[in-house]
Amino acid sequence: MPSKPKVPGLVTGLGVTMKTLLTTLKEGSVTVEYPHEKEEPPTRARGVIALKSENCTVCMLCSRSCPDWCIYIEGHKEKAPPRREGGKPRTVAALDRFDIDYALCMYCGICVEVCPFDALFWSPEFEYSEFHIANLLHDETRLNEWMETVPDHLPYEAGSEAKVKKVPR
Amino acid sequence: MSGAVISAAALADPVLAVELAYWQQTTLKVVLTLIVVPTATAIVVTVFLFKMMAGMQSRMGPMDAGPYGLIQLGADGLKFLQKELLSPVSADKGVYALAPVVSLVATFMVFVVIPVGPNGFGSNLRTGIFYALAVSSLSVVGVLMAGWSSANKYALIGGIRAGGQLIAYELPLVLAVIGVVIQAGSLNLQDIVVAQHSGEIFGWGGIGNPYFITQFVGFVLFMISIQAELTQPPFDMPVAESEVVGGWQVEYSGFQFLYFYIAEFGAAFGFAAIASTLFLGGWAVPFVALDAGIMHILGPLVLFGKTMLVAFFIFWVRFSYPRFREDQLQQFAWKYLIPLSLVNILATGILKVVF
Repeated sequence: MPSKPKVPGLVTGLGVTMKTLLTTLKEGSVTVEYPHEKEEPPTRARGVIALKSENCTVCMLCSRSCPDWCIYIEGHKEKAPPRREGGKPRTVAALDRFDIDYALCMYCGICVEVCPFDALFWSPEFEYSEFHIANLLHDETRLNEWMETVPDHLPYEAGSEAKVKKVPR
Repeated sequence: MSGAVISAAALADPVLAVELAYWQQTTLKVVLTLIVVPTATAIVVTVFLFKMMAGMQSRMGPMDAGPYGLIQLGADGLKFLQKELLSPVSADKGVYALAPVVSLVATFMVFVVIPVGPNGFGSNLRTGIFYALAVSSLSVVGVLMAGWSSANKYALIGGIRAGGQLIAYELPLVLAVIGVVIQAGSLNLQDIVVAQHSGEIFGWGGIGNPYFITQFVGFVLFMISIQAELTQPPFDMPVAESEVVGGWQVEYSGFQFLYFYIAEFGAAFGFAAIASTLFLGGWAVPFVALDAGIMHILGPLVLFGKTMLVAFFIFWVRFSYPRFREDQLQQFAWKYLIPLSLVNILATGILKVVF
């Protein structure tokens, strides 16, 4: 038992709940009726990872840095025409397979951070639940489709020297 | 609403000028009580537990079942009825099955003596308030039976906690009522209503004498005690889910659990009605004569309004405060509430004699 009952604190507590009740009655609740009404997630929300295949060089950095090993990449070397006339044909890496298993992914975002070629992006989309767990393995086509939902990067704070990168579309 | 239906039986005589035989009146009263208690429970749960609690937490509460989710409770009730009745292998089967019934019956019996109009009562007992408090503590027997027969340590701890808590808070509850009884000079709830309507506050009889003014200490004690009697937070240690899982309710499922549920919130409505009868003037309204014809209709509605007001306070406190610790609960009752209520009785007695 506390030495003395703290009456002012108790009254304050009642006031807080009453104020919330009145605010909710007047302005509506902070929650939304989800299936009928979709909540707008923040721009930087970690919903799903989108892939820009053209930028991927099959360097495997994302796959190797993934704590869950949920990114599967396969690729092969290809000869590409030389950049200048008369030059040697270049060797480029072609992507055969790029899968992310969202049943394993823990949304840490290390792959997005580590990608040096701007091939991976966060998208705030979150509605991709499945009835079968195997369907949570998104293949390259599906990951590419998520690119449409990637929002532009937010501007930096006022007075910043650095320029905001553009999301490749 | 509940008040309105109770009194209909008694109203039939003066208002509709219909003569009912004793057995007809009794049948009507029994049926109406059977309707009133679940209705009261539904109103309390829907208005306070669903909507008010949601508002206080900036949520919406149930919204899909019916307009604004108002028939959510019907869906919940159906769900309870469909569930399988489980009982532990080593449970004392007979006692286990009887416990929810005992709790529920105790709740039903409280409603009988609450007056809702000039002639509206289930039974006009001379010892009305004594009966109501005695019967309401019967529900602790059901709780102890549930706790003991479940063959579960959490149920047992919960049951023992409930027993200790209800004994500790029964005392300030009864002692707080004694102040009212001294002032009204009667144990009969109808007489207490009349005494409040025609009473005077130190010689000034403008609005009668609702006892929450002259018995303010008693009123506060009564409200704190019924909070504990109803095992509502901050006094919900017997069913504390984070300490004893669900307390004495832990093994119950299906409609046996529904019985406890109705008993809990029906009792909340019943106690709120008793509190408004004892301290807020019951069904009477200031400036309107008690035997005016309109009171037969207005009385139940007034009582219902006052009851909802008291229930609002009970649930407001419930949603605002965190749980006490078990030893704090006991100390609070024995060290503070009971001495305070004894002092209140003494002061009331002295003032009663002096004025």
